[in-house]
Amino acid sequence: MIPDATDRRLLAATASGLPLTPAPFAEIAGWLGLSEDEVIARLRGLQEAGIIRRIAAAPNHYALGMTANGMSVWDVADEAVDRLGERVGALPFVSHCYRRPRALPGWPYNLFAMIHGSSRDEVQQKRTEIAALLGDACRGHDILYSTRILKKTGMRLAEGG
Amino acid sequence: MRRTPLPPEALDATDRAALNALQDPLPLVPRPFAALADRLGLTEAALIARLAHLREIGAITRFGPFLDAAAMGGAFCLCAMEVPGPRFDEVVTLVNAHPQVAHNYERAHRLNLWFVLACEDPKDISRLAAQITAETGLPVLCFPKEREFFIGFRVQA
Repeated sequence: MIPDATDRRLLAATASGLPLTPAPFAEIAGWLGLSEDEVIARLRGLQEAGIIRRIAAAPNHYALGMTANGMSVWDVADEAVDRLGERVGALPFVSHCYRRPRALPGWPYNLFAMIHGSSRDEVQQKRTEIAALLGDACRGHDILYSTRILKKTGMRLAEGG
Repeated sequence: MRRTPLPPEALDATDRAALNALQDPLPLVPRPFAALADRLGLTEAALIARLAHLREIGAITRFGPFLDAAAMGGAFCLCAMEVPGPRFDEVVTLVNAHPQVAHNYERAHRLNLWFVLACEDPKDISRLAAQITAETGLPVLCFPKEREFFIGFRVQA
């Protein structure tokens, strides 16, 4: 599915958040000159297409005490990585989980999982849990802690058709 | 964005229950908060007031759609470089000068520079990686996403 110009207006209008009112979709409809039914139908279509993952609260990890995180990387047997990747991704403390190509010889890791916790000790503890889950299918792993944010740009959304 | 923890007493038990429930997908119906409020034993108005309060104190950064950037079209790629310490600042300046560099982190590893390229077209990714290599004289490793696994991540408030 390719979002049309109206979908893009809808995404742009909701990018900073939904109005916190009893009938938020009716209010958005009013902004855009659409009907409430059309706004809901378009949001459903975008969600079914995977463009919107969900409409929900984005918690502030730092404010809620999840101040530590680390990018854990794993060398998992090719035949097991998809099955185990699903299980790692489903863990409540993993916020991103991807299979990526190895860069041999220096980089044997093909599974990346971002781990969050209240302290570095807790992140290490959770890393041990993932290692146990992967078992023998994992031949090596590492964790990379960020030491500095050098650039962070919000995702820009083209508003054109 | 607030980067320090809120004091524990900033959120009461109802705030915590509401925050956990509000991380689930909002139903796409005319009165989406009403159903959720029932589940929490709150009125619709009380839930909306809690949500506004959570946003105000910075417990949540926003309440809205989570987009899949790649599904919107465009191409994204995680890249890494091994930058010698004495050249670090110079290389960061060269990399960050590209508007397609969306995030860039220093990480404690031999591969010490990790950034995301966000381009309109997949072809632009490898072209830009090659350009950064030419500008810096250092290899750029590309780690494109081959598969994204379902994420069960929830912050327990």
